[in-house]
Amino acid sequence: MRAGRLRTGLKGWGGVGAMAFACVLAVLAALLLPMVPWHGSGGGGGADDDGHGVARGSQARAAEECTAPEKQTLAPSGDDGPTIDEIRARKGEKRKLVVGVDQNSYRWGYRDPNSGGDAELEGFDIDLAHRIAKDILGDEDAVQFKAIPTDQRVPAIQDGRVDMVVRTMTINCDRLQDVAFSAPYFRTGQQVLAPKSSKITGYNSTLAGKEICTAAGSTALSTLEQDQQDGRLAEGVDLRTTVPNQLDCLVRLQLGEVDAVVTDGALAASQAAQDPTVELKGDAFTTEYYGVAMKKDADDLVRRVNRVLEEWRADRAGGWQHSYDEWLSETMDDAAKSLPPTPQYLRRS
Amino acid sequence: MTQPPKGSAAPPPDTAPRRTAFAEGVDRLRAAAVTEPGRLRIIGAVLALLVVAFGTVTAWQMNARATAADDVLTRSQPLSSAAADIYRSLAEANTAASSGFLAGGQETEDSRTRYDNGIRTAAEGLVTAAANSEPKSPAATTIAKLNRLLPEYKGLVERARTYNRQGFPVGGAYLRYANEKMQKEMLPAAEDLYTKENQRLSADYGDAKPYPWAAIALGVVLLAALAWAQHRNYRRTNRVLNHGLVAATAASAVVLLWLVVGHSVARSNLTDSYEHGVRSLNALNEARIASLKARGNENLTLVSRGAETTKVGDTTYDSYDLAFGKNMDSLGTALAEAGRLADDTSGEQPVATANGNMAEWKKRHTSARTQDENGNYQQALNLVIGGEGATVECFDGVDEALATALKHEKAEFEQAAGDGLDAMGYLPQGAGVLAALGAAGALIGIGRRLSEYR
Repeated sequence: MRAGRLRTGLKGWGGVGAMAFACVLAVLAALLLPMVPWHGSGGGGGADDDGHGVARGSQARAAEECTAPEKQTLAPSGDDGPTIDEIRARKGEKRKLVVGVDQNSYRWGYRDPNSGGDAELEGFDIDLAHRIAKDILGDEDAVQFKAIPTDQRVPAIQDGRVDMVVRTMTINCDRLQDVAFSAPYFRTGQQVLAPKSSKITGYNSTLAGKEICTAAGSTALSTLEQDQQDGRLAEGVDLRTTVPNQLDCLVRLQLGEVDAVVTDGALAASQAAQDPTVELKGDAFTTEYYGVAMKKDADDLVRRVNRVLEEWRADRAGGWQHSYDEWLSETMDDAAKSLPPTPQYLRRS
Repeated sequence: MTQPPKGSAAPPPDTAPRRTAFAEGVDRLRAAAVTEPGRLRIIGAVLALLVVAFGTVTAWQMNARATAADDVLTRSQPLSSAAADIYRSLAEANTAASSGFLAGGQETEDSRTRYDNGIRTAAEGLVTAAANSEPKSPAATTIAKLNRLLPEYKGLVERARTYNRQGFPVGGAYLRYANEKMQKEMLPAAEDLYTKENQRLSADYGDAKPYPWAAIALGVVLLAALAWAQHRNYRRTNRVLNHGLVAATAASAVVLLWLVVGHSVARSNLTDSYEHGVRSLNALNEARIASLKARGNENLTLVSRGAETTKVGDTTYDSYDLAFGKNMDSLGTALAEAGRLADDTSGEQPVATANGNMAEWKKRHTSARTQDENGNYQQALNLVIGGEGATVECFDGVDEALATALKHEKAEFEQAAGDGLDAMGYLPQGAGVLAALGAAGALIGIGRRLSEYR
């Protein structure tokens, strides 16, 4: 009956007004509907009464369940999906894979100052980025490299500034909450770097009272902070010196502003390769794996990268082993230590 | 305290036991004022005193102004220029160092020369500034700080060069550290020094320009007193001219005229030197520094490859490119100001050239950024440091034009400020001599009248 009265009024401005009202209703419905499930399913999670609470709760659960982060990835597949379609749809000059890399990691991702006018980046990570670009876009040079500081790796992916980060990035549980990782492509662990003449012998009590440099946002820093809280770190260690890039630590070490550097063994080796008066002290005190990081919902891209990694490892002539021999064998002793175990794909969705 | 003319009357009887010297003097004066010779003596003394006071105050006030004007010309302006040079050459050295890195291991002859020039000019400028600063003043502290940082900076750049030649990326890390030191510590200190020297320049202008009101007022009072004395003389004796008093009047009138005209001319010249010299120089220096900073940031955008980002609202920008934009805006503002202040064609022309180069620079920069954003790093690099068609040409064009304009405006400043100083020249001495003559004239003139009573 009400609808009938409305309909009789549908003429002139009355009709426009009624349509506007209908539009407002539709928008309100669209805005409110997604909120319903939050409230509906909130009961199962306990006392959570808003969306954030639920998100925090599930993150905490994920962290609790997270024991082998390097296995939390999707099974390889060559199927295209929305993320890959978007990359392929880029036009002209922009038809490139945008990869966040480092330009300061000797032998991993760096620009050789003596390469003449040539400004190309090169290194182990760069080889992998080219390989992925070739697979997705059919041209290994269809890559745009963006240099990303250590603590900008996750935001750069989340903001969509890069499609992926191939930058000696450790797969860990914290980061898994914000980004998705590929299967591991390299094994390393935190190690101490100090001058050869230093009395420091490794990650032990000889570090007492020393100043240690780490990169902001690195696993080295978070590991040391955790150890300091738990009392596992030597007394009176000063962790205040943090820098944008692990290589800046070598500068501070050479200038005598810090006593030691803690970083991934792979990167520490590349630092030692640039300065014969410093060396790695003791063995790695953690085991970590490098992975390619991508947007959390880019399932198709994760699967695709995992397939590329499988092929890369299998390719003896131009794959993982080849890149290792070219870039890393000089500075690292044994390839077998660095090759990660056969990947497992435990993530289902 | 005026001393009453001696022997004009018998000392008053000592009625009160305790009388002050002042009261006694007043009584004597009162007694003297009764007789005509006594009055004449008083008038003569007052006139002579006024003439001497006028001469002294004029000499003193004009001496202070002439010294301040001399300071403007020979001390504070050169120091302000030297501080601007320090600031500019530090920015130049840093820009050259980052260009050298961009070019790779084979640093070009040009970028090495620029770096060396920048460091040398800065070091020399610091020595001059240190020699002219007062010990323990804030400027001296800033100079000491810069003196300490300069070798540190140079050491870092040298290490960066060595590692670059060996092909190690740690060279780039040293360069970043050196750049950080320059941007965060040295350039702000140099800017601070420049600001302080400019404040001193303004203070010297402030001391040189105000009208010498005390001297002028005394001069007017003196002339009025002389006129009154002559008028009184005329009424009493019917004589029109008293030579001594006429001479005193003439001398005083010349001093007053000289004082007013000389200072007005000097003031106008100084104002001119400030409006068209100092302000132009400041605008040009600011423009030159802005263009150097812009160039440095343009280079660093490529050195860092997007490693430094800044969030403005919801958009993420490359920090160095954002800074480049701001530098170009300041360059535009400073150039507009310089163009407005330029008062002749040889001043306007280089500013127009700089403006033209700036417009072209912005255009080329945009295409270089487009290349970089499309992932064509090498092309972007060529558009920035390559030869023909690269932004480096525009930067050089801006820099050269500004150097020409600075030279011209400096000459204009020196001309105007020198004229101003000349207009005040000899005024203190002249005022002294003429005042002595005037005082003598007044005394002689009154003396002649007085002699008629003997």
